[in-house]
Amino acid sequence: MNWIDTIVQGVLLGGLYALFASGLSLVFGIMRLVNLAHGDLIVLGAYLILLIVSLLGLSPFVAAMVALPLMFALGYGLQKFVLNRVLGEDILPPLLVTFGISIVVQNALLQGASADTQRLPAGDIGVASLNLGIVNIGVLPLLTFGSAVGVILILNHVFYRTALGRAFRATSDDATTASLMGIRPRAVFAQATGIAMMIVTIAALYLGLRASFDPAVGPARLIYAFEAVIIGGLGSLWGTLAGGVIIGLAQTIGAAINPEWQILAGHVAFLLVLLVKPRGLFPRAFD
Amino acid sequence: MSIIALDSVSKSFGALKVADAITFEVRAGEALGIIGPNGAGKSSLFNLITGNLAADSGSIRFLDEDVTRQSAMQRCLKGIGRSFQIPQPFGKMTVFENLLVAAAFGQGRSERAVAMQAAEILERTGLLGRANVLADSLSLLERKRLELARALATDPKLLLLDEIAGGLTEGECGQLVRTIRDIHANGTTIIWIEHVLHALTSVVERLLVLDFGKVIGIGEPASIMASPQVREIYLGIEV
Repeated sequence: MNWIDTIVQGVLLGGLYALFASGLSLVFGIMRLVNLAHGDLIVLGAYLILLIVSLLGLSPFVAAMVALPLMFALGYGLQKFVLNRVLGEDILPPLLVTFGISIVVQNALLQGASADTQRLPAGDIGVASLNLGIVNIGVLPLLTFGSAVGVILILNHVFYRTALGRAFRATSDDATTASLMGIRPRAVFAQATGIAMMIVTIAALYLGLRASFDPAVGPARLIYAFEAVIIGGLGSLWGTLAGGVIIGLAQTIGAAINPEWQILAGHVAFLLVLLVKPRGLFPRAFD
Repeated sequence: MSIIALDSVSKSFGALKVADAITFEVRAGEALGIIGPNGAGKSSLFNLITGNLAADSGSIRFLDEDVTRQSAMQRCLKGIGRSFQIPQPFGKMTVFENLLVAAAFGQGRSERAVAMQAAEILERTGLLGRANVLADSLSLLERKRLELARALATDPKLLLLDEIAGGLTEGECGQLVRTIRDIHANGTTIIWIEHVLHALTSVVERLLVLDFGKVIGIGEPASIMASPQVREIYLGIEV
C-alpha cells in the first residue's frame, strides 16, 4: 500500500465533501437554517445536468454552466416562497419543511428518472492523470479540489469585500437591526439560498462525474456535508474545507486498511474531532 | 410643516396598552424630547415610528405620506433613522463596515458612493481612530457613538435617539450632547428619549411626557417641568 498516494487521494476527496458542505454552511451561517434537503438538491442538480447533457448534447462542464442560473432561480424561489414563511424563533418548522422537501425531491426524481443509476459522461478527463513520480494524481479529483478552493475563495471575497456580503453578515448578526439600516432580510436570505444552489450545482457536477448516482443517494451526501460543516465549526468556510479533508482522509485511509471500513472511518473521525473539540476546529466566535 | 405626525396611534399587547391614542406632530428641523417613567411606552413609541411594531389603529404620516403600513426597511429608506437604548452593533464587523452597511443600504446607494461620507461621520462622532476595530471590542461610550454614527449614516431626515446618554459619565455625556447639538444645527429633526434631563433640555425645544402609553403633556421644557401632573408622575414629587 502506498501511503502517500492514499493521503493525496484522501485530501482530494475532501474537496468533493467540502463542495457538498459549502452550500449548507453558507445557508446555516446566514439564517441558522439547517437544510435537510441539501443532499437531495445535489442529486437534483446532477439530474438537471444530465438532462441538459442528453437534450443539448453538451459536455457536462458546459451543461453545469447552463444549470447554474436555473439552480440559482430554484434556490431563490424556494427561499422566497417556502422557507422564508417558516423561518422564525422556532427552529422546528424549517426542519420539518426541508425534511418534506427532501422526500418530495427524492420521489419526484424516482417518478421522473426511475431508480436506475446514472452517471455523467466524463470523457477523457475522467481517466486522465498526472504522473508526479511517487504518486499518480487523477485530473478529475484535482479539478474537484481546485473547484472547492475556488468556491471558498470566491465566497470569502463576497463575504468580506462586497456590499452583498456585508448585508449577509449584518443580517446573520441581527436581522431586526439590519432592517432598520434599509436591508431587506428576506431578500438577503433568498439571494443566499440562490448562491448556495449554485454551489450545489458545482458539487452535483463532480458527484455525477466521479460516481454513479440514483434518486436515493442524497441523504448520505447530506451526512458527509453535515460532518464536514460541524468539524470545521459551524459557519466557517475554510473550516468547512478542513472538515471535508478530514472526512475524505479518514475514508480513504479506512478503505486502504479494509475496504469495508471506508464509510465507518469517516464517521469515527467525525466523532473523535467532536470529543476533542465539541465546537469544531474553527468555531464561529473566532472567525 | 410637520415632518412626522401621529394621529391616535394605539398598540396593545393583550391587556397592556403601550400606546393609547397617541397624537402629536414634530416640525421639520425641530428637536423633541420624550420623557416618562420606565414602562411608559417610550421605546414602543419608537418601534411604532420605525415600523418594528405595527400599530393596531391610528395613522403615522412621514413627510406628508401615510407610512402606517410600511415596513421598517421602507421607512428607513424614506429617512427615519434610529439608535437603540442598548447598543446593537454588528459585532463581528468592523466599525467602518457597520457604517458602510448602514450608509449603502440605508440610502440605497453603492458602497463606493458612500465610503467618504461614512468616513466623515466617523470623524464627526469621534470614531475615526477605531474604524478598523471589530465592533464587539468597543467600550460603552464608543458603542453609543457607533449607534449614533450608524443612524446618521442612513442619512436620516428624522433621527430617533433612545437613551443615548444613559450610563455615561458626565464628561462623556457632555461630548455626546455637543455632537447631537451639531447634528441638530445641521437641520436634522430629532426625537430623543432620555432620562438624563439636563442633557435633553440643553438640546430640545419641546418636551413630550408619556405615562402608561398616553401623552400627558407636550410643550416647552420649562412649562412642562413646572406642571404639577408631570412632577407627580414623572418625578414622584407630591404636590
